[in-house]
Amino acid sequence: MKILVPVKRVIDYNVKPRVKADGTGVDLANVKMSMNPFDEIAVEEAIRLKEKGIATEIVVASIGPAKAQETLRTALAMGADRAILVATDDAVEPLAVAKILKAIAEEEQPALVILGKQAIDDDSNQTGQMLAALLGRPQGTFANAVTVEGDKVIVAREIDGGLETVQLALPAIITTDLRLNQPRYASLPNIMKAKSKPLATKAPADYGVDTAPRLRTVTVAEPPMRQAGIKVADIDDLVGKLKELGVA
Amino acid sequence: MQIYTAPLRDMRFVLNELHTDDGFGDIPALADFTPDLTEAVLTEAAKLCQDVLLPLNRSGDEEGCTLENGVVRTPKGFIEAYKAFTEGGWNALVLPPEWGGQGAPEAVGKLVEEMICATNVSFSLYPGLTNGAIAALTVYANDTLKQEYLPKMVSGEWSGTMCLTEPHCGTDLGLLRTRAEPDGEGGYKLSGAKIFISAGEHDLTSNIVHLVLARLPDAPKGVKGISLFLVPKYLPDAEGNPSVRNGAKCTAIEHKMGLKASATCQMLFEDAKGWLVGEPHRGLEAMFTMMNAERVGVGIQGLGIGEAAYQSAVWYAKDRLQGRSLSGAKHPDKPADPIIVHPDVRRMLLTMRAWNEGCRGVSAWVARALDAEKHGAEPEQRQRAADFVALMTPVVKAMFTDLGLESASLAVQCYGGHGFIRESGVEQYMRDARIAMLYEGTNGIQALDLVGRKMPAEMGRYLRSFFHPVSDFIEANLEDPAIGKMVAGLKRAFEALQGATAIIAERGMKDPEEGGAAATDYLRLMGLVAMAYCFAKASKIASRALMSGSGEAGFYKAKIDTARFFYEKLLPQSASLYLAIKAGKGSVMDFAEEAF
Ligand SMILES: Cc1cc2nc3c(=O)[nH]c(=O)nc-3n(C[C@H](O)[C@H](O)[C@H](O)COP(=O)(O)OP(=O)(O)OC[C@H]3O[C@@H](n4cnc5c(N)ncnc54)[C@H](O)[C@@H]3O)c2cc1C
Repeated sequence: MKILVPVKRVIDYNVKPRVKADGTGVDLANVKMSMNPFDEIAVEEAIRLKEKGIATEIVVASIGPAKAQETLRTALAMGADRAILVATDDAVEPLAVAKILKAIAEEEQPALVILGKQAIDDDSNQTGQMLAALLGRPQGTFANAVTVEGDKVIVAREIDGGLETVQLALPAIITTDLRLNQPRYASLPNIMKAKSKPLATKAPADYGVDTAPRLRTVTVAEPPMRQAGIKVADIDDLVGKLKELGVA
Repeated sequence: MQIYTAPLRDMRFVLNELHTDDGFGDIPALADFTPDLTEAVLTEAAKLCQDVLLPLNRSGDEEGCTLENGVVRTPKGFIEAYKAFTEGGWNALVLPPEWGGQGAPEAVGKLVEEMICATNVSFSLYPGLTNGAIAALTVYANDTLKQEYLPKMVSGEWSGTMCLTEPHCGTDLGLLRTRAEPDGEGGYKLSGAKIFISAGEHDLTSNIVHLVLARLPDAPKGVKGISLFLVPKYLPDAEGNPSVRNGAKCTAIEHKMGLKASATCQMLFEDAKGWLVGEPHRGLEAMFTMMNAERVGVGIQGLGIGEAAYQSAVWYAKDRLQGRSLSGAKHPDKPADPIIVHPDVRRMLLTMRAWNEGCRGVSAWVARALDAEKHGAEPEQRQRAADFVALMTPVVKAMFTDLGLESASLAVQCYGGHGFIRESGVEQYMRDARIAMLYEGTNGIQALDLVGRKMPAEMGRYLRSFFHPVSDFIEANLEDPAIGKMVAGLKRAFEALQGATAIIAERGMKDPEEGGAAATDYLRLMGLVAMAYCFAKASKIASRALMSGSGEAGFYKAKIDTARFFYEKLLPQSASLYLAIKAGKGSVMDFAEEAF
């Protein structure tokens, strides 16, 4: 069985993002970029399924700038078999990404598409769900555990207050949560091998998808500085203050 | 707090930008290692060092190693870390592919070593000694020994040691007493006591391969009567698996100032079975092949710790609030300004930074020469590279480790009294940095090696491998509008070095004590000039990048500003070193011994 894992190149999780002076977005010039951590978990899960003899091929795909090649190479170094870069310099939104992934999925026919539940740059948490809808396939989001049994996949999902287990008929869509696994470090021999693994470069137009943004960013601003707290004398004082603030 | 993020941008700079015109050329054998690939290697290595090795640095220091019933235990987490490290193939990064290594360039390997040493220098010794032993075996061992031992050592399944030191014999190996007698089966039986053996015994690998210096029964006295032997902890069976326990035992582990997670062992060899490596009585030569490679590695220990100390100090200097800026409060909203506003604190931070960047520039140059020496296409190129490596090895070993300690000490100073407290993390850097000035030949011995052997070698041919590129660069760039002023400073320091060289050559010929008295100052002077050369080149590249509108203005501007600090505040030391050298041995040797 084949697994498709989409990966996104995002600002590294260790970097403190800075907003551009003109408020149009986050300043990415010469900032360290890495694979979205949830996508790393998705790649790891696919590799584990391959190591168990369940998956036979892992295809990774990224939609983004030419530099996203590095992110794909990272996935290949972890153990993916082949990569597809859909190169575009536009800022792509979840719907456009989902449409391109749909086209790739139709071409590749993977039994599973494993995505990160969200990308840590815009925290949209939409692509997996949109893809499932576009393909008309079942989805198991926020996966905490994944087990493939025959033509079904059982997904334990993280929900408020616990886990919910769902059973999906393959082919299906899974999105990963943080506790699904701990991604491995790429080994040195695999980093070297990754260089010669196939990486195909495409454009959104190859899939007939128009990536023009459907959303308009009005402004991007730093979160307000936290205000110093105040001491209250007693419960009545507290309730009074809350009323003053209009929250009680 | 121990803070470390691998300085990947500067590493890429010294690897891909700084030395492209060093005359060592493109090395076809290493063409596979494209910038893309080395970037991926460095990024992943940084991750492993920061996530796995760094968290074990302080805990390993607190816990140390223990010996019980002949079994040495490394601190908690070391077994797992070693497993992650060897399973990832990192121990074999630069080792030969024919034995299972990755064959990466030294230029990349040295940067990865720097990260390992910065995050956990104690850990670095376990794979480090193994790699030294592999280097000696690859050149000197016979095929049978190679087949039997190299694959398992390259994979990290077995580790290695070097056993030179004995209680009465450190620098002066001629005093060595350990004996080896033929056992009538083609092997030898070794008996004797060794001390200070790093990784002599531990729980990380299933076998340990000791390379032991000992004397054969018919050996001439002194250093010309020493042979090298391979002595495994377990003798391999027919399948090559460890079976019978050999007579090589750890009798004690040392209680040390630092480097506590590295087991430093007293070893007793009692009729231990061993095999000769290389020719009888030529053991020192074989050992020195390995030592020379190791010496550059020990220098890198100094650089790694210096970088970690710098980063930890910068973090603190931005966090700690004390006093007000002399030019008026910079953070009036806070009870005091962060100490980074104070000129003296900035002096300390910039000193560390300049030493680190200077050393990194020099080591990247030497590492390129190591690659050209091994893989260069032309014999002439290999020769020039070999000359340069031979000349610079003692400079890298001694100067980098001296400066590593200086940086660690400055970091403690930046932390004030808190730096003296264990929990701050920075005092460990000082204790860990101290050993690198001692082992693999003390820094005093490095200086003697430079002055006594390398300087006069081949009628000054080694020196020319360094002097020529520097003088060419000075001539070509004195009028450069961007760096002309710096180059004038380089010219003065270089003239001091040439002058000192002439003085030592002339006086040393008649009186070797003149060379001995000047050696340490001379080594530092040469190191300063090497750093000055790298900084001037770096500034030239950086100013071109800024002029062409590089998107990385922050990086390149800081590079030029660090170079300026080096030239204005540190390089002037070259003038006083010259004067001290010129003064000669008199004040050192005339002093009456009874008066001490
Ligand atoms: C933690 C640790 C780990 C070690 N690991 C190993 C190991 O794995 N294998 C191993 O074999 N050894 C190891 N050593 C030993 C180390 O290499 C020696 O300690 C070192 O070579 C110095 O020898 P020594 O201690 O006997 O000092 P000495 O030789 O007694 O030197 C004392 C002082 O005299 C100076 N001196 C000596 N001779 C001369 C001379 N001719 N001219 C000028 N000055 C001179 C020295 O520079 C030094 O300052 C280790 C030591 C330590 C502390």
